[in-house]
Amino acid sequence: MNPTAILAIYKFEMARFFRTLTQSFLSPVLSTSLYFVVFGAAIGSRIDQVDGVSYGAFIVPGLVMLSVMTQAISNASFGIYFPKFIGTIYELLSAPVNFLEIVCGYVGAAATKALFIGVVILVTSYFFVDLQIQHPLAMVAFLLLTCLSFALLGFIIGIWAGSFEQLQLVPLMVITPLVFLGGSFYSISMLPPVWQTISYFNPVVYLISGFRWSFYGLADVPIGLSLLAIGGFTLACMTVIWWIFKTGWRIRS
Amino acid sequence: MSAIVEINALRKSYADGFEALKGVTLSILDGEILALLGPNGAGKTTLISTICGIAQPTSGTVRVAGHDIIDDFRAARSLIGLVPQEVALEPFEKVINTVRFSRGLFGKPRNDAYIEEILKKLSLWDKRNNQINALSGGMKRRVLIAKALAHEPRVLFLDEPTAGVDVELRRDMWNIVDELKASGVTIILTTHYIEEAEAIADRVGVIAKGELLLVEDKATLMRQMGKKQILVHLAETLTDIPAALDRDRVELAEGGTALLYTYDTRADRTGITQLLNDVAASGLTLRDVETRQSSLEEIFVDLVKDAQEDAA
Ligand SMILES: Nc1ncnc2c1ncn2[C@@H]1O[C@H](COP(=O)(O)OP(=O)(O)OP(=O)(O)O)[C@@H](O)[C@H]1O
Ligand SMILES: [Mg+2]
Repeated sequence: MNPTAILAIYKFEMARFFRTLTQSFLSPVLSTSLYFVVFGAAIGSRIDQVDGVSYGAFIVPGLVMLSVMTQAISNASFGIYFPKFIGTIYELLSAPVNFLEIVCGYVGAAATKALFIGVVILVTSYFFVDLQIQHPLAMVAFLLLTCLSFALLGFIIGIWAGSFEQLQLVPLMVITPLVFLGGSFYSISMLPPVWQTISYFNPVVYLISGFRWSFYGLADVPIGLSLLAIGGFTLACMTVIWWIFKTGWRIRS
Repeated sequence: MSAIVEINALRKSYADGFEALKGVTLSILDGEILALLGPNGAGKTTLISTICGIAQPTSGTVRVAGHDIIDDFRAARSLIGLVPQEVALEPFEKVINTVRFSRGLFGKPRNDAYIEEILKKLSLWDKRNNQINALSGGMKRRVLIAKALAHEPRVLFLDEPTAGVDVELRRDMWNIVDELKASGVTIILTTHYIEEAEAIADRVGVIAKGELLLVEDKATLMRQMGKKQILVHLAETLTDIPAALDRDRVELAEGGTALLYTYDTRADRTGITQLLNDVAASGLTLRDVETRQSSLEEIFVDLVKDAQEDAA
């Protein structure tokens, strides 16, 4: 391992983030507030409570997950796509680093940014609703694993993408629907049986359910299954990335 | 001198099946400046990219100071610095940060004194806090060099370092290369400017169509491969070449007041004595005699033309 190199990549990536800190900070605060106004206040006033939790509080874990997932993906995919696009990837390829170090640097930075935004949203929510966290350790674990695994997925997308359109395409066409249909804003049990069954094929359901459990002890699926799902997903992404670097797919000619 | 980079039967086919390197074998000597010449698409960049880890070799081996570039890539790559042909830099980052990043990426601990030294040497110190996209093209090239030097490499690849830079910067570049050589760095540069190779290289390699046509000591190359010409100025003005002097490679020059004879310095007999005797025998009066040596450029053009004819 080459910790100096990992740190160099990490710091360089974080610098991009700090250059746009105000924007990075303001946009999640603004969008979260809007969600609370629209979903919490307008719709929530009609839904009132879900399984004994106020609707505003109920959507917080889903909101955090939603942002964390999309942020982790977009940061990581952009982070590795940009050097490919402007050509600076030559330096990475010619450096004495292996795939694990490159991944640690890029994915670590993308996950950190996503984590930052997740925390900002959590804190913002605090001003709108009465938050309680029953299982803080599990909460942190889920948050970290989600940041990590979706950053890994974003990294893969960034390597695969051959254009900026493709870079946007996967998050837009696949991730956003999965996340919206993953129970961010409702409990799966509120759906008709057919849709309940379909929902269990959506991996995001397991993440949001597990995350919400760590807040309110409420879960759509058993917590063990949630952990297994996120663990398996992380592992799958790692395997794909290992293969990418072994074969040089889309990076080494 | 011992070899620091040993390239053995290196082949590279791209994904589309195009074979850009067709078995290149080359030893680069420790401490030398090697200039690689070759027309567009010859495979110069491919050769460098393969050595540096940007492209995967199809077959063959490369060793850097004894370290295989695949099996022992960490040791091999940490000795190499690369300045790519195309300027590619993170646009919104500060100069000094990108250079520091390069050093870290190669696993070297932070060393601000050394970074300061190279930035000063490259006249970038005043610009160290500028954003890259606020630099001129020539300065960006220097930043690329600074990045390549940031980890104190022993071997430096410069892929067309002076393409599109003005005369002054080219001189600067040459001075930098000289200084680096003096500090013991081995330098491989590609160029289309023959005068550049002539001015700074110790050895010259010529690549065309993925093959290394020759590698030769610059002086030897010019001596051996060089055609020389002798220009015989006459007191008379001729309209035709006299029969006694009519032979291959003799032509009228200077409006008939001189004879131009081209000969090969490698030949056993250059034919100069015979020519001069014949001039005297023809009753012509010699006013002056001068010789001209062909430049590396002419040698190069001839070589590539020959190779292309052979291939056809
Ligand atoms: N990624 C690639 N895929 C397919 N072919 C490629 C690729 N890169 C280069 N080539 C081909 O390989 C050949 C050698 O290219 P290379 O860039 O090495 O030439 P070069 O000698 O550096 O030329 P120049 O002087 O123009 O820089 C060219 O015919 C080029 O089209
Ligand atoms: Mg080239």
